[in-house]
Amino acid sequence: MSNNSSDTNFALELQGIDKRFGAVHANKNISLQVPAGTIHGIIGENGAGKSTLMNIIYGFYTADAGEIKINGQTQHLTNSKEAIAHGIGMVHQHFMLIDNFTVLENVILGAESGPMLNESLSKARTELERLAKEYQLDVPLDALIEDLPVGLQQRVEILKALYRGARILILDEPTGVLTPQETDHLFHIFDALRDQGVTILLITHKLREILAATNNVSVMRQGEMVAHRKTAETDKEELAELMVGRKVRLKVDKQQAEASKTLVSTHDLTYTDVMGVDRLKKVSMEIRSGEVVGIAGVSGNGQSELINSLAGLLAPASGSIKIGDTEITADNPSSPDSVRKMSVGHIPEDRLHMGLIKQFSAEESAILGHQNLDKYNGALLNKPKVIQSECERLMAEWDVRPQDPKLRSSLFSGGNQQKLIIAREVDQNPDVLLIGQPTRGVDIGAIEFIHKRIVELRDEGKGILLVSVELDEIMALSDRIIVMFDGQVVGEVAADQANEKILGMMMANIMPDELVADNGGQS
Amino acid sequence: MNDSKIPAWVNVIVLPLINIFFAFAFAAIIFVAVDVNPIEAAQVMVAGALGYQEGIGYTMYYATNFIFTGLAVAVAFSAGLFNIGGEGQAYMGGLGVGLACLALDHTLPFWAILPITMVASMAFGALWALIPAYLQAYRGSHIVITTIMFNFIASALMVYLMVNVLKLDGQMAPVSRLFEESAIMPAFHEIVAWFGLSFSQSPMNLSFFIALGCCVLVWLLLWRTRWGFAIRAMGASPSAAEYGGINSKKLTIVVMLISGALSGMLGLNEVQGFSYQLKLDFVAGYGFTGIAVCLIGRNHPIGIILASLLFGVLYQGGAELSFDFPNIDREMIQVVQALVVLFSGALSLMLVKPTERFFVYLDQKKKAAAKVEAGA
Repeated sequence: MSNNSSDTNFALELQGIDKRFGAVHANKNISLQVPAGTIHGIIGENGAGKSTLMNIIYGFYTADAGEIKINGQTQHLTNSKEAIAHGIGMVHQHFMLIDNFTVLENVILGAESGPMLNESLSKARTELERLAKEYQLDVPLDALIEDLPVGLQQRVEILKALYRGARILILDEPTGVLTPQETDHLFHIFDALRDQGVTILLITHKLREILAATNNVSVMRQGEMVAHRKTAETDKEELAELMVGRKVRLKVDKQQAEASKTLVSTHDLTYTDVMGVDRLKKVSMEIRSGEVVGIAGVSGNGQSELINSLAGLLAPASGSIKIGDTEITADNPSSPDSVRKMSVGHIPEDRLHMGLIKQFSAEESAILGHQNLDKYNGALLNKPKVIQSECERLMAEWDVRPQDPKLRSSLFSGGNQQKLIIAREVDQNPDVLLIGQPTRGVDIGAIEFIHKRIVELRDEGKGILLVSVELDEIMALSDRIIVMFDGQVVGEVAADQANEKILGMMMANIMPDELVADNGGQS
Repeated sequence: MNDSKIPAWVNVIVLPLINIFFAFAFAAIIFVAVDVNPIEAAQVMVAGALGYQEGIGYTMYYATNFIFTGLAVAVAFSAGLFNIGGEGQAYMGGLGVGLACLALDHTLPFWAILPITMVASMAFGALWALIPAYLQAYRGSHIVITTIMFNFIASALMVYLMVNVLKLDGQMAPVSRLFEESAIMPAFHEIVAWFGLSFSQSPMNLSFFIALGCCVLVWLLLWRTRWGFAIRAMGASPSAAEYGGINSKKLTIVVMLISGALSGMLGLNEVQGFSYQLKLDFVAGYGFTGIAVCLIGRNHPIGIILASLLFGVLYQGGAELSFDFPNIDREMIQVVQALVVLFSGALSLMLVKPTERFFVYLDQKKKAAAKVEAGA
């Protein structure tokens, strides 16, 4: 596992890597040494410069200054083809696979051995079978990608890189779309790869994964490499502190919920998209006053459609939504405007394309959805002074920085954008809050703050629906957790009963034994 | 993360000037190729457009047209709609003006006719934009395709009307009768005469001030009202606008009506202020040039006024140029205009990066110098 400290072989060495994009200094004088045959984690908040650094190693970008050594030799990589030729492989966060090609076809794509396909295919087949055996990477070679679960698709990506001769494998946020069980399996594959001498660079913002899977970890903050640690010699708290640059509390304190009357409910809610696919299938659930209902599930299993249906953005195909006394059905659809008037606030999942308008100033983004309120408007013209002072007030109350209402929304960090959006919605004092991905791309410091405020809102008696891809977040905040799979509700778990194993199984549409007895009577 | 900031004025002022400079540099090369001294040509052009009162009047008269069509494109573009039907909408607006004048010039005085022709120009232009707007909002037909097709329909309709309905009996030319004095827009030299001042006779007329008024109104609409907020939200981020409770279908219709109305008002300047009769092809490309004006003017009323003046100078100065130099014909002038459009519109982003880099470099140098000073 570890090498002698005296004559360590470094698979990858970076020295003084520097990269600017216009005015943005994305990487500042970065140095990194990755011993061969180890798993090395790179951790940092969004925007810390991790992806830029990986793209430099993979030859997508050229560094403005600095040196890259691969296996001790200085290399100038100007495109990814050269990187591949030097044994670097990359698995992107979003898979680069063609859905209606088979696994085998995807693997040889761009690496065909000649103009005739058959020859390449049969050559690839033997090679892949060998690789699969060696690294325990079983994948049905003749299956279409679209028929495979994401966990297997990811293995195809890894196989693709290995087939091209990768000895250094970079994985960018590989667990974002995986269930906890699939994540565990991925880490087993990492071990097998490492034992065969492959070096792995794991990019993530999840502390737990760093601790579970890596030998060494490097922490990035604001474009700089701030620390290198042996994983065995560090812990969550230290890493979090290094990422943020100050102490953070990772646990959320909260009391038992006191849920009372039902504020919003759905009954057999079905939503069909423009392609005619049912994205929600007979979903029935309810949100009560004074509780946080968490929706868990692997992304793309209907969570977004559920929250958007409740928010009035999607009209039901059948079934109904009940908000207060109003029943929303296919014949009586709602709109974002009418839902807002029924005292439902919505913090959308897609902050940058829905929650605010990047080109607008902060004060304009801070009235989005509420632009017609009387306080902002005179008879014809709006009231810029009120719009500005209201934004200043929200910024002060929610600690949005910089406190400049005239600054363009896109120039705020993710955390500050999110705080502004939450501030805007909470300020209307709605009875129900629909919250999508409250902390996606948000720095740890802001996460702490946002979580605390969500619990406070619950304690004030608001009904909160929380959709998040972060299981930790769902478990930390929710009082009840509903798990979705393929547009359906798999089941519901009380927060105190939930753990990763149970939720993970349910996310894969398996009802855990310990719950079957409980839920059997109810449904 | 941002060590160095690019000042806003670089984007608003320096970049357009660099783009225009490049356009003129290329134009100079072409002038040299046809044996014309580019500096001499530039002198003639500027003198012809701004050097004497009649020239200025003509420049302003052209600019009036560009302000109307430029604003029309800008309003639609703010909502993310690319209205390239300004040509047809202006043609129809002119028809509205002409019909109102022909119907009323015997009975009403000018101050009663003016509001009617204004409403007519807006209504006809807006109506011509309504059908493409409806098709875009409720049927998904792309507005670029439909507005451009409506330009052709407008053109065909006008030929029919001029030849079969409005042409005077016993005359070959497809033109209507001249309007009576009571319908004619007061010219600029007449207006200043009321105040005891004098100005050479030129086609510049009251519509120039109506156009400036429209600039103020458009600015107020877009930046100071909730409807403008909705329009800009839809243009910047349709999904965020939907989230914000904005009905994009209705708004598409409203925006296109406003845009069409602004285009239609070109008829005030052309029909009521210049030709005093209805005739064919009076729009003459102003509708399309409005797109370039809007691009150069960065979608902002003040920018549009400046860009309109630039194009006014190009039109008027260009006319003088082809008059003075036998080697330069109308087509050459169009090439110069096209270069301005090319560099300010299509290639406007080409020089953004280098300019940014230059200013970042300056900023860093300044910072480094400050550091050295602080150290010493």
